[in-house]
Amino acid sequence: MTTTVLEDIKPRVDGKAKKPKTKPVRPPGSKGPRAAAVRTIRYALLLFFTVVVLIPAYVLLVTSFKSGAEVSPDTAWALPENWDTSGWERAWERLSDSLGRTFLLVVPAALLSSVLGSMNGFVLSKWRFRGADLVFTLILFGMFIPYQAVMIPLVEVIDTMGFERGIPSLIFIHVVYGLPICTLIFRNYYASIPTEVIESAKVDGAGMLRTYFSIVLPVSIPGFVVTIIWQFTSVWNDYLFAMFFSSAQNGPVTIGLNFLAAGQLQDYAASMAGALIASAPTLLVYIILGRWFVGGLMAGSVKG
Amino acid sequence: MFTRIRSWGPPVLLIAPTLILLGIFVYGLIGAGVWTSLTDNVRGQTTGTVGLENYENLFNDDTFVYSLRNVAMYTGAFVAGTLFFGFLWAWLLERGARGEGIFRAVYLFPMAVSFVASGVVWRWLLNSNTGEQASGLNRLLDMVGLGFLQGQWWTHEGWGILAIAMPAIWQLSGYVMALFLAGFRGIPEELREAARVDGATEWQLYRHVLFPQLSPVALSAVIIIGHMSLKVFDLIMAVAGQTNYTTQVPGTQMWLKYTSGEWAEAAAIGTVLLLVVAVLIVPYLISTYRAERRR
Repeated sequence: MTTTVLEDIKPRVDGKAKKPKTKPVRPPGSKGPRAAAVRTIRYALLLFFTVVVLIPAYVLLVTSFKSGAEVSPDTAWALPENWDTSGWERAWERLSDSLGRTFLLVVPAALLSSVLGSMNGFVLSKWRFRGADLVFTLILFGMFIPYQAVMIPLVEVIDTMGFERGIPSLIFIHVVYGLPICTLIFRNYYASIPTEVIESAKVDGAGMLRTYFSIVLPVSIPGFVVTIIWQFTSVWNDYLFAMFFSSAQNGPVTIGLNFLAAGQLQDYAASMAGALIASAPTLLVYIILGRWFVGGLMAGSVKG
Repeated sequence: MFTRIRSWGPPVLLIAPTLILLGIFVYGLIGAGVWTSLTDNVRGQTTGTVGLENYENLFNDDTFVYSLRNVAMYTGAFVAGTLFFGFLWAWLLERGARGEGIFRAVYLFPMAVSFVASGVVWRWLLNSNTGEQASGLNRLLDMVGLGFLQGQWWTHEGWGILAIAMPAIWQLSGYVMALFLAGFRGIPEELREAARVDGATEWQLYRHVLFPQLSPVALSAVIIIGHMSLKVFDLIMAVAGQTNYTTQVPGTQMWLKYTSGEWAEAAAIGTVLLLVVAVLIVPYLISTYRAERRR
């Protein structure tokens, strides 16, 4: 019973099997004044919550365009008198380097763990061996651990292995700890490939790698889109590992942003502009690839 | 024998890189972390083991005990809040509303933003100044005539941590909504129709048909949000900063011990967190495993 979330992703992940459009079945008594009142209340609530959820976005945008003089309590919630872009310039100056470094971190981390996850998912769902379920459960556990529990030895091991602090060590760390979620997503995704296809390949004498490369990999693109988006977002937004393995000079944008925003003299305009700049890539992914983003969320419903 | 290797060998070889990496970096390092917590490790320099002394020190340390109390309160508020709003929104949208896609997208968008970025704006919103100096939410409350609700937010020693749960709820409720919506849509339409044919009222329909079907979703949501919440770190660093007393949690305590060189105690905090999370996760994983076996 508890596996709903894990099982539930298949139709969403592959994107083709869209949910059947359930026509809204009208409960008895869905016409008349009472129903109209219920509908009005429902939309009123939906709109109210939309406004509430968007309040922080409004504050970010408005404050980022205020000049230093305008950031006063009296006009805290007002639109800027004159739209001043100097906050954005200051934020860009402080963040542009770390923004570039974050791309250098996110792209390899997302690609590598997706490739490994695809191979694992294939083996665990379609080319199984004895004990595959146990192995899968042990892999899954890695997704839930509080990383604080491994952090101190990890610092020592990464230093011993000679990884340079900053982006190189963070790439390695995110690949490793991204493996469980990527494996989970691909395993559930491949479960929707009919077993007969694999069996007939076996009968035709195709080995494991042949089957993987010629049958499984060609239909894997949606799975890759989901894992890459997932890894992209969670690595981009990571702060914990970044704090332990990098500094403002060599770290990703979350570190840069926190240094910008936590300064003694609070530059609200630049902080808010910086928060928007740092969130722009993941927000763009969300807006453009929303459907797959949600697919990843459902699959990754087990990652924090 | 040979055929067994032939059927066993290739798949295990293909998955071997992952098994080695996770074997070392999850299980090996958990072991190493527990070991470190039993030593006198200072910045990586160890002279010997000290038994459970680090744990004794932690539990005799008022700040650490306070941080445990804080994370418990935070978890309660975070789980309750996301379940409440997540369910409410899913329920409002469940039977299809005009513009459903837009509402869903808006409710879900905070999930795409990092805690650090949202922390920037929430620190401003949760500014504790009142009266003339009030900005943020205090100002807004004043403007709409709810001035009496103005608060100290996260600077309050007793309840401050609950203010940190506000941005967390804001960020994850949409996600819980997505879970519940998927749950609602997974319920076969025939079930509802059958209940209606049997003359069930709308409330009875929910009480006896829909809620039981949704309880696994609710359980998943509790586990996911609960284990996230125990690890809370980013949001507190961004909203209140690492040294603020009223918002100390094990995550920030661990970071402070690390930066001050007390690595053994930092590892002990990590182990305590792992134990708490394991109580939540291990039964979940075992039941998942059993369900897989039955298939």
